Amino acid sequence: MKFRTLTRHLKVGSKNIIRNGWMTVASIGAVTTTLILVAAFLALMLNLNEMAVNIEDDVEIKTLIDLTATEEDVLALGEQLKQIDGVDTVVFSSNDEELESLISGMGDQGNAWQMFEQDNPLNHVYVVRATDPQNTETIANEITALNHVDRVVFGKDVVEQLFQFNNYARTIGLVLIVALVFTAIFLISNTIKITIMARSTEIGIMKLVGATNGFIRWPFFIEGLLLGVLGSVIPIISILVGYYYLDSSVSGSISFSFVEILPFNPFAWQLALIVIAIGAIIGVWGSVMSVRKFLKV
Amino acid sequence: MTKNHIYFIKCVVIIHHLTEVRVSKTIYKGDYFMIEMENVYKTYPNGVTALNGVNVKIDQGEFVYIVGPSGAGKSTFVKLMYREEKPSSGKIMINNYDLMEIKEKEIPFFRRNVGVVFQDFKLLPKMTIYENIAFALEVIEESPRNIRKRVMEVLETVGLKNKARFTPNELSGGEQQRVSIARAIINHPKIVIADEPTGNLDPETSLEIMKTFESINASGTTVLMATHSKSIVNRFKKRVIAIESGLIVRDEHRGEYGYEV
Repeated sequence: MKFRTLTRHLKVGSKNIIRNGWMTVASIGAVTTTLILVAAFLALMLNLNEMAVNIEDDVEIKTLIDLTATEEDVLALGEQLKQIDGVDTVVFSSNDEELESLISGMGDQGNAWQMFEQDNPLNHVYVVRATDPQNTETIANEITALNHVDRVVFGKDVVEQLFQFNNYARTIGLVLIVALVFTAIFLISNTIKITIMARSTEIGIMKLVGATNGFIRWPFFIEGLLLGVLGSVIPIISILVGYYYLDSSVSGSISFSFVEILPFNPFAWQLALIVIAIGAIIGVWGSVMSVRKFLKV
Repeated sequence: MTKNHIYFIKCVVIIHHLTEVRVSKTIYKGDYFMIEMENVYKTYPNGVTALNGVNVKIDQGEFVYIVGPSGAGKSTFVKLMYREEKPSSGKIMINNYDLMEIKEKEIPFFRRNVGVVFQDFKLLPKMTIYENIAFALEVIEESPRNIRKRVMEVLETVGLKNKARFTPNELSGGEQQRVSIARAIINHPKIVIADEPTGNLDPETSLEIMKTFESINASGTTVLMATHSKSIVNRFKKRVIAIESGLIVRDEHRGEYGYEV
């Protein structure tokens, strides 16, 4: 396409946007609402996912060794653990080490535990990690069946609940987003339909004097694209500002110290990019729909 | 001859060859009529048959009236000429384009050889006269310099050079029709098709319009005019084709209108 033609299409497309007044406002509003929700859901889902993956990676099976087990039994158990399918690492931790980590993990209150240093009530422990965190439960069950195993401890519930919540959130979010995307597409295609109707004489003349179909369609694509991109302006600003404050308040706050969210840079920028891309797709799709239906060129 | 020269000539030969091959799909060689129809039938999807086997040959440079009662197929006949409608069956060749075989993509390029004028002018009210005419060249991506030059030329031809900045509503009916004629001829078409061009005009203005068409015809352009105006047909003697019930019932050179008004 010639540069001059492109500028002409751009000019005509943007003129249509101004000319359509309230319909333009409605379509841009629909795109804006959609994209804000899309962005919020994406941010929530991606962060939850990240958290789940982080916790999942930390899942370890603590095999508490029977207090009556001899040193040989302990070594034999260690060998048996390594034989289990899907086990990645097996690390021995003596009861003294366990007590130490307990005391240091409790901070000031841990001092109360220091009196047990003379007479340690804790078990020796094998810390087992699975190659694939999904197999944690099966491995734990196998371990329970072994001799000299007092019991196994692993953070099963936390992970499963998080995953389940994540799944719910994803399903609800997707349904809502798809519904909103279609509403936005519908509104955009209606706006462009109005343009096409208003310009039917002009389009008729264009066809008559030999304008190519592509030439006739281009301004409508541009109009749709502009509607989509304009609709993504407010969502992008909200993402950048909102996520910046969220990130700095969560990262700086002590009360949320266990929560780790994806960092502003690059996550917020990536999110903005996704949002503008979705906006553009919505816009072009909307225009393609009405151009195909009403512009049998 | 340098290497470059030889290379250039080779290119020209290749391009010529390529275009020959491409063109031969829709164009046949040798002498041809500007418009040629053989056994053309047209039935609309609603079952109405508008044309019932039309045969006609029109030479380049002819001036032809299409006459006949309302609903006889005149409009359909005219619409076939600029591929607004496609025949249901038969053979139709216009300006070397086979309109039965023409691809959707080629239609715009075919239409650039055909100028069309309507009874209701079909001008864009928000544009000036200049813009209305320039529009026809803009949408086929002509260069701005050529557009300016051509628009001033055709405005001169139709005698409206001093009205270039007016909008259509500020002009009389006859002037508006001349603008639409200017738009139709701006692309140097081989054929100009006019569907009742004087239908909305008083007799005196109609005469002016006819003179404009005659001068277009004098420059070698084929003119096809569907009309109901007895006085025009009988005054400006040309070939007359009469259509009734979808058939050509009369085709005579320097003919009469032949119907009572």
